[in-house]
Order: sequence, then structure tokens, then C-alpha cells
Amino acid sequence: MERSLFARQPSVLIFIALLAVFTIVMVILSEGFGLGLVSTSTIKILGKTLCLCLVAIAMDLVWGYCGILSLGHFAFFGLGGYMIGMWLMYERTKDIVIASLAGGELPPTSEEVREAIGSQIFGVVGGSDIPAIWYFADSLYAQLALVVLVPGLLALVFGWLAFRSRVTGVYLSILTQAMTLALSLYLFQNDSGLRGNNGLSGLQNIPGLTEVPQSVVSVWFFLASALALGLGYVVAAWVVSGKFGNVIRAIRDDEARIRFMGYPVEAYKLVVFTLTAVIAAIAGALYYPQAGIINPAEIAPIASIYLAVWVAIGGRGRLYGAVIGAATVSLLSSWFTGGQVPSIPLGFYTVNWVDWWQVLLGLGFVLVTLFAPKGIGGLFDRLVRKDAAS
Amino acid sequence: MPRIFYLLIAVVIALAPAYAQDADLNSLLETHQAKIEKPSRRTIGPVLDALVASQLPGVAVFLEKWREKDLWQRKADGRFFFVEKADGGQLMLIDVGSGAEAGLADKKDLKNLKPNSGVRGVIAGALVQFQLSDPDPERRLQALTALERDPDASHLSILRAAIESETDPAIKARKERLQRLLTIQFGSDQQTRVAAIESFAGDPGVDARAALNPLLSTSVAVFNEKPDEDVNVARLLVPGSDIETEAAYQLLVDAGKARPIVPLDARKAALVENIENGMVAGIPVAELVTQSARDRAYLALAADGTVPPLVTKEEQRAALADHVFAEVYAEPDQVLTTAARETLANISGTVGFYQFVDLALDGLSLASIYFLAAIGLAITFGVMGVINMAHGEFIMIGAYTGYVVQQYIPNYTVSIIVALPLAFAVAFLAGVALERLVIRYLAHRPLETLLATFGVSIALQQIAKNIFGTQARPLTSPSWLDGAWVLNDVVSISYIRIAIFVLALAFLGLLLFVLNKTRLGLEVRAVTQNPRMASSMGINPDRINMLTFGLGSGIAGIAGVAIGLFAKVTSELGSGYIVQSFMTVVVGGVGNIWGTLAGAGMIGSLQKVIEFFNPSNTLAAQTYMIIFIIIFIQFRPKGIIALKGRAAGD
Amino acid sequence: MSALLEVTSISVSFDGFKAINNLSFEIGGQELRAIIGPNGAGKTTFMDIVTGKTRPDEGRVRFGEPQLDLLRLSESQIARAGVGRKFQRPTVFEAQSVRDNLTMALSNDRLPFAVLGYKANKEDGARVAALADEIGLSEELDRTAGELSHGQKQWLEIGMLLAQDPQLLLVDEPAAGMTLGEREHTTDLLRRAAETRAVVVVEHDMEFVRRLDCKVTVLHEGSVLAEGSLDHVTANSDVIDVYLGR
Repeated sequence: MERSLFARQPSVLIFIALLAVFTIVMVILSEGFGLGLVSTSTIKILGKTLCLCLVAIAMDLVWGYCGILSLGHFAFFGLGGYMIGMWLMYERTKDIVIASLAGGELPPTSEEVREAIGSQIFGVVGGSDIPAIWYFADSLYAQLALVVLVPGLLALVFGWLAFRSRVTGVYLSILTQAMTLALSLYLFQNDSGLRGNNGLSGLQNIPGLTEVPQSVVSVWFFLASALALGLGYVVAAWVVSGKFGNVIRAIRDDEARIRFMGYPVEAYKLVVFTLTAVIAAIAGALYYPQAGIINPAEIAPIASIYLAVWVAIGGRGRLYGAVIGAATVSLLSSWFTGGQVPSIPLGFYTVNWVDWWQVLLGLGFVLVTLFAPKGIGGLFDRLVRKDAAS
Repeated sequence: MPRIFYLLIAVVIALAPAYAQDADLNSLLETHQAKIEKPSRRTIGPVLDALVASQLPGVAVFLEKWREKDLWQRKADGRFFFVEKADGGQLMLIDVGSGAEAGLADKKDLKNLKPNSGVRGVIAGALVQFQLSDPDPERRLQALTALERDPDASHLSILRAAIESETDPAIKARKERLQRLLTIQFGSDQQTRVAAIESFAGDPGVDARAALNPLLSTSVAVFNEKPDEDVNVARLLVPGSDIETEAAYQLLVDAGKARPIVPLDARKAALVENIENGMVAGIPVAELVTQSARDRAYLALAADGTVPPLVTKEEQRAALADHVFAEVYAEPDQVLTTAARETLANISGTVGFYQFVDLALDGLSLASIYFLAAIGLAITFGVMGVINMAHGEFIMIGAYTGYVVQQYIPNYTVSIIVALPLAFAVAFLAGVALERLVIRYLAHRPLETLLATFGVSIALQQIAKNIFGTQARPLTSPSWLDGAWVLNDVVSISYIRIAIFVLALAFLGLLLFVLNKTRLGLEVRAVTQNPRMASSMGINPDRINMLTFGLGSGIAGIAGVAIGLFAKVTSELGSGYIVQSFMTVVVGGVGNIWGTLAGAGMIGSLQKVIEFFNPSNTLAAQTYMIIFIIIFIQFRPKGIIALKGRAAGD
Repeated sequence: MSALLEVTSISVSFDGFKAINNLSFEIGGQELRAIIGPNGAGKTTFMDIVTGKTRPDEGRVRFGEPQLDLLRLSESQIARAGVGRKFQRPTVFEAQSVRDNLTMALSNDRLPFAVLGYKANKEDGARVAALADEIGLSEELDRTAGELSHGQKQWLEIGMLLAQDPQLLLVDEPAAGMTLGEREHTTDLLRRAAETRAVVVVEHDMEFVRRLDCKVTVLHEGSVLAEGSLDHVTANSDVIDVYLGR
């Protein structure tokens, strides 16, 4: 009766296999470990893309399967980045501070070290005290726990409030957007304790590993991102393939009906919302050390909407659709805005893609919504079904 | 200086009977000739006093000319004259006393007196009394302004003297007010000063508070025992609660009543100085990695007498306990400070009231902006169940329309009058196009509509950026909208905001009329309440949807012009308002103009109230506001004005 | 024997309109009851109140043994306490298979983490098969529910309600849009269901009610107008007024 996960979700095996092949090939071609055919910056872009695919899976789970169009999941992504960024920045600054204080006649006391770290990190926002929220910043394990706990708790509290009052549909979307806006506005303040609009920087330097070249570190993070994506995919597939998956799809399709069947809809939504927030946070914690910098602009409401756009283009309600959407759109976006795409001279006007990519993306997205509501993944389905039919 | 000249003549004619005294001014000047020739700030006082005391009619003009460096002296006999240009490079001498011509003279025979700015300031002070009674009200006002800016004890009596003869009631009131203000500061006896102080009870003017506050300025002082009766003590300070113990101790140190504390860095420097063979006082340097180890080393050094000993906590506590700390008024008279304190408390009540009024006006103005920005959204949401993420871009389109119109019509008044309907038309067409091309294909799929309109939004924003560039474009308001309506020093509101309020009111009225009194409104309401029933009754919902969407977008265009008048026009103009607009709709409740009004009112005033309590930080204000809204939704999930019953169900 | 469901003088109004006006109602443990009444009589609102969708302004709703105060419970808690409801419009989860629909409805633990750890097992499989047999959908178990005919969807929904194993079953217009044969099947299903539990059927169609052959409650303007056998109530002059006079 009970079939294995892979039998229920054949895409899992294919996905894991493709991901593994891709990862191995890239490592072999990388500068850090192999032939040097793929540059370190490309490895970083690919690693970041894998993280974006992971957060897209979370978005797909919450929207595509459970029907909650959250416009706030990038906030959880960003919070995850901030949490790990605190440790990265604190410890690295500590290394630098200790090195520079070592030259004095007296060895520095821990108070002096803390004070120097404080003015080093917070001087830019006119402070020198280390805020209370940095209490655990010197412990990697504590901050790793916070990566999960802070976004998880925020999602839990926000979700509890929102679902409890039966806010649904576009109302809920707007409320999540408001939450994101509130968070980013809060972080933009200089006294938020997270350096205001400067954000956290220098995150690509791993404390204690300064002598390891970036080419190697980038491959480590690339591998970690691939692993996280693979695990995330399997977890998501497991969640959606069983009875739980049936229930959340039932919530998506007819919330009132499943409620009258005795399912506590709000609890399910809360579980899915929080779980996906945690997945998003983990993706963010892997993303920002590769990006090197995080600031409140990353959390702006628009980022979360882009996330929804990726999932919609890729095809929601299917996990590989989310991956395809995130990878395609984010890679295309960096390609177009990178200035490598040749301009189109029209005689009277030259279409410069750096300027017009957003227009193309926006209109393309409208077209996808109108004509291919199932996204790219829907096209896949059609091909597969054709195969099965013939 | 023709005006002064006429004035001179006027004075001369008016005082014709005193003609005989004319010679006296010249002789009076002669007695002070040396000091007038070479005036200094210090020596000029008695001269001016003498001139003013003489009450001669020509004194005012003389002082005026002197200050403006228009006074000349004949080198031959030292007599003073005014001059006028005459033919042949010569100057016509004018007698100082009579104003009559006194013959021509060569420039080289004369000396122009140019007192320095310090002296001119003193002269100006003496002139005030003449200016305060000047026949020209403009000049009287100028004199008052000068007095207000730089008051002086000597002005008080002058001012008092000038009140009686004042004919202009407004100026008279101002003189009286200034007189009371000056009395507070310079009044001769306690009774008049207290009366003056108390006369300002409930007065919200900044000048009143500025005059009263200095009376209450205090400083912290240390006493060996309870201060005497003759010291005007504001309050006693208990170290640790009213005043930081460190600060209190520092006061003792400054007063020479206690030994100074050795600060942390001085202690560290002392340790560094006393390193011997890698040890400090027998403790290896490598062990000095905690503050307590350093303290131990320092104490050891202090015990040897190499460094000054630390002041122990007990010593500090004992020193503090031995002394009394108090805030002492600079003003010794207790009656005055009490009166000032009570009057200020009274004023702060009035000011609080006016601040509330001002806040309410601010909130109202912000609410009308939100109302204009959100009402279009609310209409489309109510009628079609559609959230239009591109709504902000319609606001932007309206603002850019206003900007483009101003490029062609330079007259700001005309251009605004043209821009308002044009912005409506352009945004209306854009809205209809969006509805026809996208939204109607996504009927009953609200989340897809939300995302598709978001796609339109980013495309429109980028197109605007490509056309108009990223820099802000100005949308200039006509000059009659510059400035502000000022009630008093606390309450004021700019005319632009009043205009926006009127605009919002007009649209509220217009929409109420359209929805409640017209055929279109009837059909719109029918579609809002039950689309299926409406269509079965022959209402074409397609047409209604198109028109309401156009209407909603058109109003967004109008809002764009209004917002553009006080904010810079950029491609991000709309997106700055979109979330607030959503909030307004959500908080207000869907499908109801009054709901939007209530939502806008609540969000606008809430934001202002939060900003009032945390004025330095609008970012935090917005954060708190959104959190408040999320909590508000808990209690009223369907908004302030919710439709009830079965129709409101799913 | 005390009643299974005891509704005591409930009232509710929407914007001044009294949808339910001092209504009391009782039903025993194994009983089939039909509720009839003209449009706007408050039939659907009554069901909304019992299932927790609408809160009454006043009155009591007690259910089961020991007695539960349904007004204090949420919709899903009421459902878990043993009240099943079938909506007017057939609502099955069209994107999922008949088997998944029935499996979800089985009376197992419904809390998220229990469901997350749920493993399909033999007993559940057997129960699903038995239910499918009862509602005549054995052949369609692995089809997507959206592909079923209208009548089949109605049965699937009734099957899902039976799978929930409720003590009280509320059925809103089950016969609407059915063919004659389908109606007979539906009548059988409901009567059989009433052998082990209470069943309340809200229906418009007198013919269908007659076929159910049970006690009838007539609602009018939010209160009970008459109660008794169908013949008894149709003889009632008030009922005739209401039905003919509208």
C-alpha cells in the first residue's frame, strides 16, 4: 500500500541526479578544485542561484501547494542572512581588532576588545556599543540556531495572528507585504542594531579561514548550497506527497470544506508557513556569505514579489517548476543586467537591455500569467503526458 | 533717501513754532563735537543721551543721517551738515537744525563722518524711540522687529512712552505685547514683573516662552549643608536618582571638595609607565588581560606610592553623603520664578491643546492624501475583487502628466488646471487598457491578477525611468499655493495641503454623487453586491468593470498630480504610496467609500501621532504603524466598516 | 434518553434582518429528520450555527454525551466532535483522486504533525474500499474527483461524510440536480446512515422528502412553524398559508 517517496514523486530522483551531476561537473571545472575553466565569480553566481532555487521551493510549498500567496518570504531569507552575517562580521572584526591591539604595551582586556569591535562595526552608524541582539554573535552555533529560530518565531507569531483572524486571499498577501515593509523599514534605521542601510558587509571572509583563497571557499559554499537544495527538495517532496500534502492542497482548493471535515486549517497553514520560513532562512544564510553583503534593501517588499514571479513563471504546484523558474529568471536577469547582451539598434532608438530588461520581464510575466498559468513546468507536464499517451 | 528728505520737511513744517530752537541743535552738537567726530562705542552713550534728552525736533533725522554715513563736517569750522549733490561736482550744504540750504562747498573742504558698525548699532538703539513713533507704520513695525530681536533694558521706557500715541490698533497691540515681554526681563520692581509674567498665561506664542524660560534657567550647585533661604532652590537632587553619582562626584571634584577619580585610561597609562622587566608591580604583563588583574596591579603600585591612590567607592559615597546637591535658579527672586513656573505650566496646557489641533490638521492632510491615493484602489477592489498592484504606477503617470504639461504651459496656475483633468484622462485610458488587455482574462483569479498587475507595475516603472531618467522632476505649484495658513506659533498648515484636502473632499463628494445618484452608480453597486444577479438584470458587468477600473485609475492620476506638488516626481513615486493605500483599503473595509475614508483617516492620524511621539524617526513610525495595523486586523478582520450578512461571506 | 443535539431559543440577525428568531430544535441519537421551508426561512443559517460558521446572538447549542457547548468550539473542533456537514454545492477536492478524498475524510487524528507522520495502512485501505463500495464508486477509486459526474460527486461527498463517522450528519439539498435513479440511491444512502446516527436533511423537494419517510420540521421566518410527519405538517393550515401564500 505505502509506496516509497521516490515512487510517489518520480521527479525527486531525476532532480537529485541532475543536481549531483551539475555539482560535480562544476566542481571539476572550478578554479578552486579543478581545471579552472569556470571562474570563481561564476561559481558564486551559481551557488547563489542554488540558494534562490531553495527559497523558491519554500515559496512553492506555501503558495503553490497551500495557496498562501506570501509576499514576505524573502524577509525570512534576509533575516537568515542577517543572523549568520552577525557571526561572520563579529568574529572577523574580532580577529582584526585583536591583531591590531596586540601591538600595545599591555595585552588587551576583553572589555577593550569588545569596545574596539563595537566602534569598528557600529562607528558607521555613530555608535560604539554592541547592541543586546549581538549577545550571541561570538558563537557560531548560537547564531546558526538563530538562523532558524528568529525567522521561525517571526513566522510563527505573524502567522498565528494572521491565520487566527481568518485573513485569506489578497488580504493575506497584503498583510505579508506589510510585514516585509515594516521589517525592512525597521532595519533601515540606524538604531536598529544592524547598521541601518549600511547592512552587514565583508561576509565573504570566513573568520579563522583568512588564508583559504576565495576560489576554494566559493566551491565549499557552492557544495553546501547544492546539498541544502537537494535536502530541501527531498523534504518538500516528502511533505507534499503524503496525506499532509493532500490536506494542504485541499486547503488551497476549498478551505471551508476541509475545515468542516474537522481539519484545523489554521494549524496547517501555520506549520507550512513556519516550515517554509525556516527553509527560506537557511537558504538566506547560505546565500549572503556568497554575496558578501546584506542590507535592508534586500528585504524590500519587491524582492518577495519577485520570488512569487519566479515560482509563477516556473510553474507552481510542482517543485521542479519552482527550481526552473528561480534559476531561469535569476540567471537571465543577471545576464541581461550584466550588460553582456547586445543592444538592438532600431535606427531611431537603441534598445539597451540594461534599461529594458525589467520591461521585458514585467510584460513577459503578464504573458505567462495570461497564456501559461502553469508556467514552464506546465509545458513539461504536457510533454510528459504526450509521451505517456503515445 | 528721498523718503527721509520728505520726512525731514514734514518734521520741520510740523514743528515750525519751535523754529527758534534750531540753533540749539547746532550748538548742542558743537559741545559734543569731539566725540561726534571720533565716536567709539563706549564714549558715544552720553552724547546720545544728551541729544535725546534735548527733545529737539531735528535729532531723529540727525541720528538717522549719522548712522547711514550721510553726515558731513566742514573742515574749516567743524560744523556738521547734511549734503546734496549740486552742479559742478560741488555739494550743497543743508543745515542740520533747520534743513535749510546753507551754501555750496567743495568736496575737499568737507569730511564725511563714517562711524563704525558698533557705534552705528548704538545710534540705532537711540533711534528706536523716534522710529517707534514714526508716522510711517512700516517703519514702526521695523523698529518693533528690531527691538524684538535685540531687546535692551533701556528700550522699556521708550516703548512704554510710544504706546499711548499709537493709532494703529494692530501695532499698538504688538507694542503692548512687546512691552510686557520686556517688562518680564527688565521690569523695575517685582510686582510689575510678576504682573507681566502672569499676563502671558495661556499664550501659545514662542516669544512668551522664550521670555519666561530664561527666568527658570538653573544650574546644579553643591552645598555643604542645606542651602540658605536666600538661595532660590528649584529642587534638591539626590545622587543616584536625580543626578548620576559620577556626575555628582565630579561636581564635588570641580568645587575642590573631593579628590579626583583616576580614570580608566590614566590607570592604564600608569601601568604602561611602570612596566619593569615585563612585570608591573610584580605581576607579569601577560596576566593583565582582565580589568581586575589590572586593578590589582594598580593598587599594588598605589600602595608603593608610585601612582596616586584610587578613590574607593566608600570614599565617594561618604563624600556624596556629606554634601547637598541642588538645582538653583539663576534668578534669585523666588516670587518671580514661581510666577514664571506657574505661567509656563499654564502655557504648556494651551500649547498642548494647540499641538493637538496642529496634529489633527496634519493627520487630516495626510489622510486626504491617502484617501486620494487609495480610493481608486478601493473602488476596483470593491467592485471587481481585484487588487491592482499597478495602482501606484497610475499615480506616477498622473504626476508625470503634470510635469509634461508644465513643460508646455509655463503659467503654473493654468498648467495645474490643465494637468488635473488631463492626468485623469491619461490614467483613465491606461486603466481601461489594463482592464481590457489583462484583467478581464483573469476574472475570479484574484491572486493571479495581483501578480499580473505587478508585472505591469515593474514594466511601467522601468519605462518611466527610461523616458524621464532616474533624477527627480519638479512639479511646481502656483505661487498662490506657496506659504502656509498660520493660526499661531503652534498651529500652521501649508496651502498645498489645504488644497489637497479640498481636492479630496471634492472627490469624496463626486464619488458619493456618482455612486448614489447616477445610473452608473446604481449599476456599480449592483455589480458590487451580486455580479450574477446584476448581469441577469441586464447590466453589462464587462462595461461596468471597464468603467470602474478606468475611474479608479483616473483618480489615481489626480492623486499623482496632488502628490507631485509636494514630493519630487520620480518613477518610484507611486510605489512609495502603494502599501499605505493597501493598508487604507484593508483597514477601512472593502466596497465602501466611507470605509476608505475611515481607513485613510485612521492611518493618516495614526502615523502623525506616532511621528509626534518619535519625531526624529519616520521609519520607526511607519514600522510601528504597520505592526499596529496587523494587530488591528485581529480585531476587525473585515475592516472598520464591514459588510455583514451572507453577502459578506465567501 | 436525552437528545443528541439540543438547540435552545437561538436568534441571529444580519444588519437588522432576523434570520433566526428564537428557534429551538432537538434530535435524538439515531434519527432521520427533514427540514423544509421556503427561501429565507433560515435553513442554511441554522446549519451554519450548528457547524460553527455563524455565531448566534443568543441561545444555546448543546451536543453529544457528555454535553458539549458547540458555541465555544471552532468549526474544525465541532467537526471532530462528530458533526458532519454536506454543502448544497457538491464540494469534493477535484484535483485529487477519489481515494485521496476518502482517505482524508477517514476519522483519524487530524492534527498537522500526526498527519505529517501518517502512513497508509491495511485497515484504512479496507475502510476506504468498503466506503467506496457503499457509495458505488469502487471502480472510480483512482480517478481524479474532478472527472466524476455530478451525482457521483454528491455520493463521494456523502461517502466522505460517512468516513468521518459523525454522530450527526447535516445534509443540505442532496437531491438537487440529480436524475431519478441517482435520487433513489441517495435516499437509500441517507436512510442507511440514519440507522447508526442522526441525520438532518434540508430539502426543497417534497417528493424527495416523502421518499425519506421521516419526521419533518417546517421552518418559516427563522422559527419552527410545525413539526411531525409529512402528512401531519402538510395538513397544517399555517404551513399551507406559507407555502401557497408566497
